[in-house]
Amino acid sequence: MDIALIYLELFWTFFLIGLFGFGGGYGMLSLIQTKVVPAWMTTGQFTDIVAISQMTPGPVGINTATYCGYMAIHNDPAGYGEAWALLGSFIATFALVLPSLILMIIIAKLFLKYMKTPTVQSVFTGLRPAVVGLLAAATLLLCNKENFSTPSTDLWQFSISVALFIATFIGTKVYHINPIKMIVMAGFAGLLLLY
Amino acid sequence: MHYALLKTFFKIGLFTLGGGYAMIPLIEAEVVDKHHWVSKEEFMDLIAISQSCPGVFAINISIFIGYKLRKIGGALAAALGTALPSFLIILLIAMFFHRFQDNPVVASIFRGIRPAVVALIAVPTFNLARSAKITWVNCWIPIASALLIWLMGVSPIYIIILAGLGGWAYGRIIKPTA
Repeated sequence: MDIALIYLELFWTFFLIGLFGFGGGYGMLSLIQTKVVPAWMTTGQFTDIVAISQMTPGPVGINTATYCGYMAIHNDPAGYGEAWALLGSFIATFALVLPSLILMIIIAKLFLKYMKTPTVQSVFTGLRPAVVGLLAAATLLLCNKENFSTPSTDLWQFSISVALFIATFIGTKVYHINPIKMIVMAGFAGLLLLY
Repeated sequence: MHYALLKTFFKIGLFTLGGGYAMIPLIEAEVVDKHHWVSKEEFMDLIAISQSCPGVFAINISIFIGYKLRKIGGALAAALGTALPSFLIILLIAMFFHRFQDNPVVASIFRGIRPAVVALIAVPTFNLARSAKITWVNCWIPIASALLIWLMGVSPIYIIILAGLGGWAYGRIIKPTA
């Protein structure tokens, strides 16, 4: 595909994600995923990006957008170089921030007093439960063979994957172990058991 | 002033791991306690508004504070400061990671990491469900939304628009508030 077209699509995609991405970085994930997989990358690559975005400093949404912008150009069969991919990163990140910039300035300037009106509040009574659904969808979309393998292709990897999923879930939810620590330990387990 | 905004938010972007809510204490320490840019009460309001708006939470807060201090230039400086560390670090990783991702050691590490990451996304779903006050009456909304996206391939954008309109109609017609 023509590179200008990919840039345009990247811009529009991440602008929409910034505009409709309620619920912060995690709430955005299903939005990002349904837009970038499978057009620009595989589910596995997307999961790796999310993992790296969580382990590196800064907002997860910005990290993911920067990385996805890079990969969209890098994965293109036409084989564009690093500089083009860098521009892709910039466009995706800028497009993600732009709606925030416009909306927050409008709100700060004009609508600060309207934020607590019953009308705005009732819109949020509908939005809040839906964002929970968006997060649940992000989880479900990632539960596939690229991230877990399947019992028929590789029973060992599938069992280890499910065990790591359960361990990480309980570790962070019940024992409040730091998520980055959990990722590092899961990576270590992968090296030991799935090499 | 613009430079102070840029520098402060650069620091906030650089030193917070995990994003979003993990950033609040550091942002508060910098903008309320150290620089006195906003009062504690204003900061609490800012958080509530930034959370209800779409977009990246930390970026929303930084734009708000930047705009309050130095209008559009301030908003740009603060947003740039927050995004820049992420941008540079991720770019650096992206440029090198694809050279190693086929390496068997790296591949096996990521085979372990992938299911853990899925679990890390599952956990905030439940935390958010609690803070969004999901009850037996409205639990069909997240369930229906998730199933529509997951099984039917409906874009989350439509879900957001429908949910917002639904909430508005509910407040207007079924349960009007004074």
